[in-house]
Amino acid sequence: MRSVYRIRWKPGTDVLVGECHCGAVRESEDPVRLWAWLLGHPEGHG
Amino acid sequence: MARTPGPPIVDGMMTTFVRDQWYVAAYGYEVGRELLARTVLGEPLVLYRTEAGEAVALADRCVHRRFPLSESRLDGDTIVCGYHGFTYDPGGTCVSVPGQTRIPRTARVASYPVVERDSFVWIWIGEPDRADESLLPRAPWLADPRYTTVSGMEPLAARYALLVDNLMDLSHETYLHGGSIGTPEVASTPIITEVDEDNGIVHVSRRMADAACPPFYATSTGIDGRITRWQDIEYHPPCLYLLHSRISPAGRLPKEDGTDPDGFHVEVVYAITPETEHSTHDFWAVARDFALDDAEVSDFVRDSNRAVVLQDVDALNILERVIAAEPDCYQELSINIDTGGLAARRMLSQLMAGKPVLAQP
Repeated sequence: MRSVYRIRWKPGTDVLVGECHCGAVRESEDPVRLWAWLLGHPEGHG
Repeated sequence: MARTPGPPIVDGMMTTFVRDQWYVAAYGYEVGRELLARTVLGEPLVLYRTEAGEAVALADRCVHRRFPLSESRLDGDTIVCGYHGFTYDPGGTCVSVPGQTRIPRTARVASYPVVERDSFVWIWIGEPDRADESLLPRAPWLADPRYTTVSGMEPLAARYALLVDNLMDLSHETYLHGGSIGTPEVASTPIITEVDEDNGIVHVSRRMADAACPPFYATSTGIDGRITRWQDIEYHPPCLYLLHSRISPAGRLPKEDGTDPDGFHVEVVYAITPETEHSTHDFWAVARDFALDDAEVSDFVRDSNRAVVLQDVDALNILERVIAAEPDCYQELSINIDTGGLAARRMLSQLMAGKPVLAQP
């Protein structure tokens, strides 16, 4: 599996959606905190 | 909203240089039979071409009394120091010293691995044994006859991290470049950002379905009316930045078979080469797949793009002076538009720390 981490900006909102290659997903309005969670894989990715 | 430290510290004990990497030192057309001086990552270099046409990069200081070899002269493929005549071959070995036959064993200057590719002269800064051509990121459009390219290099009196920030967040086009490439849709369109750790690339994609056509594209493509505008960024830290730009009349998309007869494609390439901790070589090139032989379009694209680059240079030079005068503990604010820039910073920080950019299992 390619190790791609993705953040989508939900159109029409201020919400960012972080998607990890492991399938974990989290929403946030703070890109700093969202990258910290996303790139901290696997910690907190359930 | 979390506040984060500003761009990396450059004073004190911390360096922001990433070594053991390929950097663009020059365009191929800049390197010839005249000696060219250029500093990369704080290392003064002299570049030239042998009589056979091979590009050479050596440390720009004579081992004897530090006289710049770039202020000296070529004799065939050797450089003869302009001060006392120490003579160096293309490998940096001293082959002649004045007044004596014995050449000291330590009489040599560093030579740098060089590869010419995609119109650039790339040099390896770091341990020469680690230079691996397969690691070179590519910008093939610049030397592809199916494209016409204009290019230049502007000296930037600012740290390279500021140029990375600038290029990773194109929402600034709306405000800083409003008369040429920016329209309201650039700042208002949501982006998708990806970190590809296996390949060490940050992608930022902004797809505008129905946007105003800025003067830069209206004049160069001849499109009259609204457009579909795609901006797909590929950043290969630390040096190479690619912006794949696609423009078409609004609603005209590539066909299912992969062809794109309604699309105008512009490949914008930057090589971001640190000169010192506070200055950068800002190489820029614009390759297009339309109006290939139209000299007026080439002149327009060159002049317009250079004007945009100089607007960035002016802004970043101001920003450098502001940041250099501040304490290191300044906390800046990041919002959604910064998602790509934050990813680039993190990848650069990993490289600075000497950590391979690899995913955890």
